[in-house]
Amino acid sequence: MSTYTAHFRVWRGDADGGGLRDYRVEVHDGEVVLDIIHRLQATQAGDLAVRWNCKAGKCGSCSAEVNGRPRLMCMTRMSVFGRDETITVTPMRTFPVVRDLVTDVSFNYDKAREVPSFVPPEGVAPGEYRMLQEDVERSQEFRKCIECFLCQDTCHVVRDHEENKKAFAGPRFLMRVAELDMHPLDAAEEQGLDRKRSAQDEHGLGYCNITKCCTEVCPEHIKITDNALIPLKERAVDRKYDPLVWLGDKIRRRT
Amino acid sequence: MATDTQPPAPPTPPAPPARHGVLSAGRAAIAARHLRTDRWWLQPLLTALGLSAFVVYSTWRAFANAYYYAEPYVSPFYSPCLGSNCVDMPLGARWPLFGEWWGLSPALLVLIFPLGFRLTCYYYRKAYYRGFWASPPACAVAEPHEKYTGETRFPLILQNIHRYFFYFAIPVALILTYDVVLAFRDEQGAWGHMGLGTLVLLVNIALIWAYTASCHSCRHIVGGRLRHFSKHPVRYRMWTWVGKLNSRHMLLAWLSLVSVALADLYVYLVASGAFDDPRFF
Amino acid sequence: MAQVERHAYDVVVVGAGGAGLRAAIEAREQGMRTAVICKSLFGKAHTVMAEGGIAASMANVNPHDNWQVHFRDTMRGGKFLNQWRMAELHAREAPDRVWELETWGALFDRTKDGRISQRNFGGHEYPRLAHVGDRTGLELIRTLQQKIVSLQQEDHREHGDYEARLKVFQECTVTRVLKEDEGGGTEESAGRGRGGKVSGVFGYVRESGRFFVIEAPAVVLATGGIGKSFKVTSNSWEYTGDGHALALLAGAPLINMEFVQFHPTGMVWPPSVKGILVTESVRGDGGVLRNSEGKRFMFDYVPDVFKEKYAQSEDEGDRWYEDPDNNRRPPELLPRDEVARAINSEVKAGRGSPHGGVFLDVSTRLSAEVIRRKLPSMHHQFKELADVDITAEAMEVGPTCHYVMGGVDVDPDTAAATGVPGLFAAGEVAGGMHGSNRLGGNSLSDLLVFGRRAGLHAAEYTAGLGGARPAVVEWQVDAAAAEALRPFSAEAETVPDGVPENPYTLHQELQQTMNDLVGIIRRQGEMEEALTRLDALRVRARRAGVEGHRQFNPGWHLAIDLRNMLLVSECVARAALERTESRGGHTRDDHPAMDRRWRKLNLVCELSDPADAFGEVSVGRREMDPIRPDLLALFEKDELLKYLTDEELDR
Repeated sequence: MSTYTAHFRVWRGDADGGGLRDYRVEVHDGEVVLDIIHRLQATQAGDLAVRWNCKAGKCGSCSAEVNGRPRLMCMTRMSVFGRDETITVTPMRTFPVVRDLVTDVSFNYDKAREVPSFVPPEGVAPGEYRMLQEDVERSQEFRKCIECFLCQDTCHVVRDHEENKKAFAGPRFLMRVAELDMHPLDAAEEQGLDRKRSAQDEHGLGYCNITKCCTEVCPEHIKITDNALIPLKERAVDRKYDPLVWLGDKIRRRT
Repeated sequence: MATDTQPPAPPTPPAPPARHGVLSAGRAAIAARHLRTDRWWLQPLLTALGLSAFVVYSTWRAFANAYYYAEPYVSPFYSPCLGSNCVDMPLGARWPLFGEWWGLSPALLVLIFPLGFRLTCYYYRKAYYRGFWASPPACAVAEPHEKYTGETRFPLILQNIHRYFFYFAIPVALILTYDVVLAFRDEQGAWGHMGLGTLVLLVNIALIWAYTASCHSCRHIVGGRLRHFSKHPVRYRMWTWVGKLNSRHMLLAWLSLVSVALADLYVYLVASGAFDDPRFF
Repeated sequence: MAQVERHAYDVVVVGAGGAGLRAAIEAREQGMRTAVICKSLFGKAHTVMAEGGIAASMANVNPHDNWQVHFRDTMRGGKFLNQWRMAELHAREAPDRVWELETWGALFDRTKDGRISQRNFGGHEYPRLAHVGDRTGLELIRTLQQKIVSLQQEDHREHGDYEARLKVFQECTVTRVLKEDEGGGTEESAGRGRGGKVSGVFGYVRESGRFFVIEAPAVVLATGGIGKSFKVTSNSWEYTGDGHALALLAGAPLINMEFVQFHPTGMVWPPSVKGILVTESVRGDGGVLRNSEGKRFMFDYVPDVFKEKYAQSEDEGDRWYEDPDNNRRPPELLPRDEVARAINSEVKAGRGSPHGGVFLDVSTRLSAEVIRRKLPSMHHQFKELADVDITAEAMEVGPTCHYVMGGVDVDPDTAAATGVPGLFAAGEVAGGMHGSNRLGGNSLSDLLVFGRRAGLHAAEYTAGLGGARPAVVEWQVDAAAAEALRPFSAEAETVPDGVPENPYTLHQELQQTMNDLVGIIRRQGEMEEALTRLDALRVRARRAGVEGHRQFNPGWHLAIDLRNMLLVSECVARAALERTESRGGHTRDDHPAMDRRWRKLNLVCELSDPADAFGEVSVGRREMDPIRPDLLALFEKDELLKYLTDEELDR
């Protein structure tokens, strides 16, 4: 077992200001960044604020930026860094900071509320739902999401443009729209809710310029862009820009 | 090839006013616009260089209006040849639909379709938004622009017509396939021969088909738009198959871009007499 | 008077895991204004860690399954110590609770004909676990979270306010359940004693450190377990036994606290993930356990009662995977407690792996391709966290504290806590349902069945009170605020050496004590030693001090949580010392056999000195109600003889 001393720079402060503070801290074999943050807490900075929970990449609490890249701290092994490398840890830079590494992620919870929920099909009693595996698989991929909000953090639409936060739901919640639109039994359409159209009209799908940073940072390796956002854009095209599809639907409905 | 709708990016963007984006009030006070320590700029740089090289080459060749036919090979830039000013191409895809009034290079009449297809392609969009427009230059690296509306307005809202270019890309690819078939002749038009040029065109058309079939719009049309795969087993299988190709869309986009340029270059070299096409049989 | 925010609700749910959210949904659907309080962000509860599935006898895969079989399996698993009525309700209602999730948008894996697929699991006679790959817990929590959002959307349409009738207070900690003043009026007699009705909760906002009081006649505890009192655990930081302690401090007894489940295979290296679960299916699919000498040691640990059922040689064990009908299963697949004990003994005998576990190897038995297909998440987990490629190398594993069977003593039908009107408990924090040992898959169904019941009955209780709601007593609020602030003034207090204790150090010592002395194998002397140490820690915890201010201060939070961990640890230690037999999750080295006379006895922990939060816990014995005859009739008499005394059977 080998031990060394690493140089950490951790952002300390709150909404009124703050800065990167230097720490020298012991690192043992096999540790991850979150372990080092915890060691700082226990030995040098008892009040260092950080969110965490499962430590196994399953809850999505310990999101932060390590050397400028959005990451889960519990899934960032120290062995990927050189021993003399300075490791900089900051809070997510898209959301308002609360204190130290903790940010106010309420943006995401607000956006979650704006996506209309699953609409159960009428006349199908609990226990009578029948769905085939191939029909649920696409939505199941999106339901792997652990809501770490790293995709929301890295997305330049809101990261670099605060004013877009109002109009843009972000990758996580556009993916939620896609998930529901692909759900084999969702009855939104019967209730007069067009998810394809609302993706663009209500949730800001058009802001996405598919530069794929959301997919790059996803710790669950969900293909957000290719499997959710682009298909959703294509579905919006079906509704709004493709007269052939429109005509086809019209004819099919007649017959 | 993206530069005509995207203004060229200034090499060093002017610093935006403070308190913007990651520097906004309320966010963690960090002066640096990014803290990445890796070579994040390499990817957009390579992308920009690669695309620029192609744009320069293809612009030159498209306007050249010369050396695009060397029996039995026709350059993919000039097929089908729709102007009356095309060189004589026995049996080739030469349909002078545009009559006498078109005086410019006939390549321009045709290239608009593959150009539009690639310009609105989901991969190329990512590539040039990042490489040329720095929007964003790389993940978690602040972009230089003060305002951003994405693809919500004119002109970028037109990206939604990608599907139509996909529809057009199919006949174009069919004609190029026809060209490859014609390339199995010798200079005299006798069938059953093959040269290095045939191979070049064959590889090119294979890559073009792979790129076209791997298109996101294609994936949507063949099956992606369905809600119940189980009720459409054939389309489900096609969707699965296109999906596999689609996961390599970026690779195919680059390979087919290089191959089409090389195919044209090969025809140019043979037609200009700089190179003698080796015959296999 | 302390500065506190005030809110008023009809029902307050403490905890936002599966049980808490299910309770909140039910209470809201019953028309109650409901608040949910959770320590983490909404949707991060420990329920997400559950992998296997939700046990419910839907009979989608095997048509012979029904609630009676499920009930039987549950009772066997708990060695008949289960609160039988809870086990019955659980088995009867679980299918409805799973189906209901589908109507809220859950997407389980499917059978060929489109129903919910069900998988086999240890102790379940038929394939019974509804699942989504190995992330069932995430699906459960997300579905409930999204159902809550959909209820909030409903309220928004109706009232223009998402939080009109259902609000989640995220990142808040409850430190006290408040009770009405029963007329006595003194701190000694009222509030924390028996009898008084619940009047609300006191807590703080983790982010700002501000205090709040929510006035509510009904409080549902759904806070999960106690694993953070142990050093090696699969549980997250939230599992500090808050609900257990809150109930105890409010005057409600805990039962079965001696039963703590240790999972035999947790990761032991690297340190950051020590304790994280290695799923049972690794062994089910052919993983073998070896010690440092390369020996498959489990063959030396087959107890006599299992001798006929398990393979005697490696050859036979190996053949079982291919031909289970003509061969006996390998001893790696003995019940969890047996395997955990065996690993423990090997490590103690010095035959452990470099990092203090044993080797679990699938690479020698299965091809790399099969491993990646059958165990994708394990492959990923070891690759990413330990840099170990399980297709080529062995894993290092060791026992890890996983679940507490004990908890708040509740009425089986209403989930109401004994002795405190208005207090309810559901999920891991409630005791009785699982007896001495929980079956895999039964925890998620437990959350749903009793979460709903707790929400329903809390709503009914509140409605039944009419306008006559118990009032919050100011001195309780002041006392709670003073208690919470104590860590900041620790230095000023007159302490012997004048130096405040570091809460992190105290926590580590507590975990070490519980792990070493009240862990998987227990002995009288060690537990007595543990009680002595807990005593000392309790005294030192009064001096736990922190620096900084109240805004998101983890040191302060830990100092407050220490009270709860010390309380539940003492319950575990005292109850474990009292029970002189081995049963399920409780193993006594000095009393290795199961004793039928202990079967019907619950050990009940109560606060012995209600005035002092750090007061000692007293343990009493209580006889269980006899099992209803029609339920007993589901078993063969021969089997019952192993568990019930002759006189119980004669009745």
